Amino acid sequence: MPDTTATFLGLSAPLWQALWLTVKLSTLTALILGCVGLPLAHWLNTTRWRGAVVAETLVTLPLVLPPTVIGFYLLVALSPNHPPGSWWLHLTGGTLVFSFTGLVIASVLYSLPFAVQPFQAALRGVPRELLDAARASGASPLRTFLRVHIPLARHGLLAGLTLGFAHTLGEFGVVLMIGGGLPGQTKVASIALYDEVQALNYDQAHAYAALLLVVSFFLLLTVTLLQRRRAH
Amino acid sequence: MCQKMKPRALACLLAGIALVTPSLRAEKLTIAAAANLTYALAALDEAYQKANPGDELTTVIGSSGNLFAQITNGAPIDVFLSADTDYPQKLADAGNADAATLTPFATGRLALWTTRQDLDVTNIAAALANPKVKHIAIANPRTAPYGLAAKQTLAALNLEKVVSDKLVVGENITQTAQFVETGNADLGFIALSLLLAPNHKSKGAYSEVPPELYDPIDQGAVITKLGATNAAAKRYITFLKSRTAQDVLTRFGYGVPAFE
Repeated sequence: MPDTTATFLGLSAPLWQALWLTVKLSTLTALILGCVGLPLAHWLNTTRWRGAVVAETLVTLPLVLPPTVIGFYLLVALSPNHPPGSWWLHLTGGTLVFSFTGLVIASVLYSLPFAVQPFQAALRGVPRELLDAARASGASPLRTFLRVHIPLARHGLLAGLTLGFAHTLGEFGVVLMIGGGLPGQTKVASIALYDEVQALNYDQAHAYAALLLVVSFFLLLTVTLLQRRRAH
Repeated sequence: MCQKMKPRALACLLAGIALVTPSLRAEKLTIAAAANLTYALAALDEAYQKANPGDELTTVIGSSGNLFAQITNGAPIDVFLSADTDYPQKLADAGNADAATLTPFATGRLALWTTRQDLDVTNIAAALANPKVKHIAIANPRTAPYGLAAKQTLAALNLEKVVSDKLVVGENITQTAQFVETGNADLGFIALSLLLAPNHKSKGAYSEVPPELYDPIDQGAVITKLGATNAAAKRYITFLKSRTAQDVLTRFGYGVPAFE
């Protein structure tokens, strides 16, 4: 592994690369969480199916499971020796483990409750009467959801997205299990920081950790501000 | 009231002494060992316990670099079994271990392992260069001596460029083995000792990497600053040099130094 001497703000190029990779991963994960998590949250809120309790528990599971458990199961589940890893291998010639795609899948699962739960709370926070009024005016359920419900819940929804993003920023255990440390593909900031600590480059580690702390702080500040504001 | 308490108090005191006395003779010993020793250590500890039944052994496994950092920062470890002699030496230089107790106790061997049925590893260079191979697992060369040995092997075989985008890095040598075992990595540079363990023996195929391709992996043990007053720590180091321990280590594929 080449030792680079060029630095920007005291951090080497590979560290910035890892940060950029983390931002990409978190953004993509947040977007997918929005697309998948919103309908899921709405469904969990409104369904009368008895089995929804189990579904909701499954969604909440990553909140309490040690990330290494999630990572371990993914390592075994995504192996190219059997589906779905084998399908992926046939389709693309690559493995899910040790790939950015694999990380995205893992991150969506890992950050799911961190987005879905705020989504559920935000959607529930919109007064029933407003939604009923929309339905009474002739809007279909989908139109009501898209044009009335979501806009009214937007601050809480944005908070959920930001939380999903922020949580993925700090992802470590899962990536450690299935990442393989490939620079530019799976070596995210948390792994890069861990590596610097392990290699006893404490100066770099300090600088990097400080940067990550500042970024995380401002993200959470955004979430807090958003959650304090109400759309109505 | 006082008269009733006295015999009771005395009984409690005697019971207390009785409970404490055995543990004054027996020692608690915490050993930190590099991941390549995972299976060998179980056998070593068993042999040690037979010879020293009073001692209580606790074992911690990790990559040598990780363990080094933890011990440097005060982790309650008495004896450190590293995958090299550099980390124990660095500990001693920093005052966190006793240099006089630094004992090379085994020489590690590197092997190339695959669990894929369609890959032949008898010719190591050919296996590594095989285009069918998508991922080659190695331990982190910066912190795991076996990972460094793997990197040296690739350099010696002039295959660094060829495999550079296929390398996946394991946190330690056992995670590297996990990558191969679960089929996610096609090939992996693993410690021979891990492959000779009973539950690994039948899985896949391996080839020992010729020792001339990498610097010898001399593994050293050292007593830490915290373990300096622990009599069991000294007993363990002596045990590592004994015939019994050397037989165990040889069984797991390690080379052993000649002791008097």
